[in-house]
Amino acid sequence: MEYKDYYEVLGVDRKVTQDEIKKSYRKLARKYHPDVSKAADAESRFKELGEAYEVLKDPEKRAAYDQLGANWQGGQDFRPPPDWDGGFEYSGRGFGQNQETAFSDFFESLFGQRGAADFRSSPSRGQGEDHHARVFIDLEDAYQGAERTLTLSAPEQDSEGHVRMKERTLKVRIPKGVKKGQHIRLAGQGNPGMGGGPAGDLYLQIEFNPHSIYRVEERDVYLELPVTPWEAALGAAVKAPTPEGPVDLKIPVDSSQGRKLRLKGKGIPGKKPGNLYVVLRIELPPVSSKRDKEIYQKMAKEMAFNPRINLGV
Amino acid sequence: MIRKERLPVLEGLVLEEDYSLTLNQICRICTVHTEHVLELVEEGILEPTGTTVEHYRFRVDSLRRVQISCRLQHDLGINLAGVALAFDLLEEIEQLRNKLGFEEGD
Repeated sequence: MEYKDYYEVLGVDRKVTQDEIKKSYRKLARKYHPDVSKAADAESRFKELGEAYEVLKDPEKRAAYDQLGANWQGGQDFRPPPDWDGGFEYSGRGFGQNQETAFSDFFESLFGQRGAADFRSSPSRGQGEDHHARVFIDLEDAYQGAERTLTLSAPEQDSEGHVRMKERTLKVRIPKGVKKGQHIRLAGQGNPGMGGGPAGDLYLQIEFNPHSIYRVEERDVYLELPVTPWEAALGAAVKAPTPEGPVDLKIPVDSSQGRKLRLKGKGIPGKKPGNLYVVLRIELPPVSSKRDKEIYQKMAKEMAFNPRINLGV
Repeated sequence: MIRKERLPVLEGLVLEEDYSLTLNQICRICTVHTEHVLELVEEGILEPTGTTVEHYRFRVDSLRRVQISCRLQHDLGINLAGVALAFDLLEEIEQLRNKLGFEEGD
């Protein structure tokens, strides 16, 4: 397994005080909190921070970790020393109340498995808790529907009454027409009930993976389409991509930069389907030959066009 | 691999925008206490319709807001006024990002 440099994760020196560790953790936690940050790796960074802080905030655990010595490098192959005593009792949780957060093998080899001791109080009747998870889909999946295989972990009681985390795999149909932030309820797929009680429900929250060419707002989809100055000026029929495949698009005569063309109902499908908006971006051809230059010179001479007329100059 | 192939495909119920939730449902789904949800209402983080607590109906995006506020409170140690401020600022950033549109880099 890989050695984790917890000091490096928190961006502090090995000699800093507990106060400085807390300060640095708080600062980085705000920066990488998955509900706040848009960084693609926010969730994993935040988990890493949580794990590092879990160890370094506790002087006992920090001392134990320091015992390993300062010569290790993050990512280096690591095995705990033979006389290591991993007898730590602790409970903690990572990102929110989601119980799927697990610490690294490195952490577990040193401090044992994270306990399942901090679950929020279950409602009576022994009914299992509702479970929440986020599912990332592509925009195209919202048009066509998709299947996703999820791995969730939930607490389970063994015959001796110990609560352990148990992984399970589910295959879920994402129906077409879902939008960002929407929830899908899967009845009875939450955490199992205790003492024969019914299982809770599973709530999946839909998130979209960022798309390279489309932007999504609710059910409306935006596409920026590059056009030539003459296509914009004279009008043209051009091919434009849509999440459902390419279409022929008519560029109206005398279109200006940023003109929005609406393809009604071509957004994300639904009871009230969204629209697809094609936003024109006029691309200026580069002057790469003598001929190009001549054409620009001709335009300069023959077209009376002053884009600064509104600036009074 | 083979085991995965055999998994049945589960179909869920999509909670549409017009789906509304009672106070009890919110508490049950998000595993939070009634008082906590009422505090969120008081702080303006949740805006249910209905004038009395028994008649409160919450929009379905309240689920997300309850969970985010629990996480922000727990993970970052901020109070509810701070959470409300964070929501306002996050919304404003989202709007600005949308305005920036395609200029928004990765």
